[in-house]
Amino acid sequence: MKRFLVILAAVVFVPILATAMVDLAPAPLDLRPQVAANLAVSGVSHQVTAVLLNYRGYDTLLEIGVLLLALFGVLAATPAHRDIAPARAELIQSTLTRLAVPLMILVAGYLLWAGAFRPGGAFQAGAVLGAAAVLAHLVGLVPGWQHPGLWLRLGLVMGFVVFLAVAAATLGQGALLEYPPPLAGTLIVVIEAALTLSLGLCLSGLFLFLSRGEGVES
Amino acid sequence: MGVCGVLLLRHLLRRILAFNLMGSGAFLVLVGLAQRDDIANPVPQAMVLTGIVVAVAATALALALARRYHHLSGRSSLPEGGDD
Repeated sequence: MKRFLVILAAVVFVPILATAMVDLAPAPLDLRPQVAANLAVSGVSHQVTAVLLNYRGYDTLLEIGVLLLALFGVLAATPAHRDIAPARAELIQSTLTRLAVPLMILVAGYLLWAGAFRPGGAFQAGAVLGAAAVLAHLVGLVPGWQHPGLWLRLGLVMGFVVFLAVAAATLGQGALLEYPPPLAGTLIVVIEAALTLSLGLCLSGLFLFLSRGEGVES
Repeated sequence: MGVCGVLLLRHLLRRILAFNLMGSGAFLVLVGLAQRDDIANPVPQAMVLTGIVVAVAATALALALARRYHHLSGRSSLPEGGDD
């Protein structure tokens, strides 16, 4: 009975949604002109990066906070670890990974820099770093992580702390996260670099802390 | 379809997949609606980028919890409450 009701409601909802989307009037508030007009003083020259790190930098600050929270949750939900031998991998996988991982680190560095001019930026670079770590773990190059030590904790928290420090500094002088225009580019690069490192560690941790949980045998 | 999956499927892993399906659909609608017969609009694109990252984090947490539940109880779906 419940199944039938839910499916019926969903099936009825879809054409309503489709007609609503097709008949929507153009949005009354279009921010594109403002984004383009202020691009010169925002410190970067790509619109999406400017939105993410300057106009709506507050959202990005909270985003990295949410990621750290998820990592804490994963750490809390993973029980005490045992010593597990790293996975053995085939020769082909292993060789390809050894070739790919340094290249991926290089790509992450490029994405971080290119974020100012093209699609890219801290989150994309951090995601590539996280993927590189997971790939290396799958072929046994990187063992699963245990309880985080001091360096790992510092690295994880550093991105959030740097961003928070910049936000506090700008709060002291005016609005939250309102970079002074001559410093905007530099501040954005510094924040993005710290964010990339933290994000790479956080995303890898989301997988690698789990992998040492209850008995992932090789 | 994603909403159906979240509500009706009992296997926990499939529920998480359905949740992700729902989220991806919502993101697509957001970005597509913002750009209708026009040039790309960066503001909702940035919002959706943030949304994708948060969805990834939430999925990781959900998977960790599902794994822990499976380890503790040996089951892969929550006990049904005897509803019809």
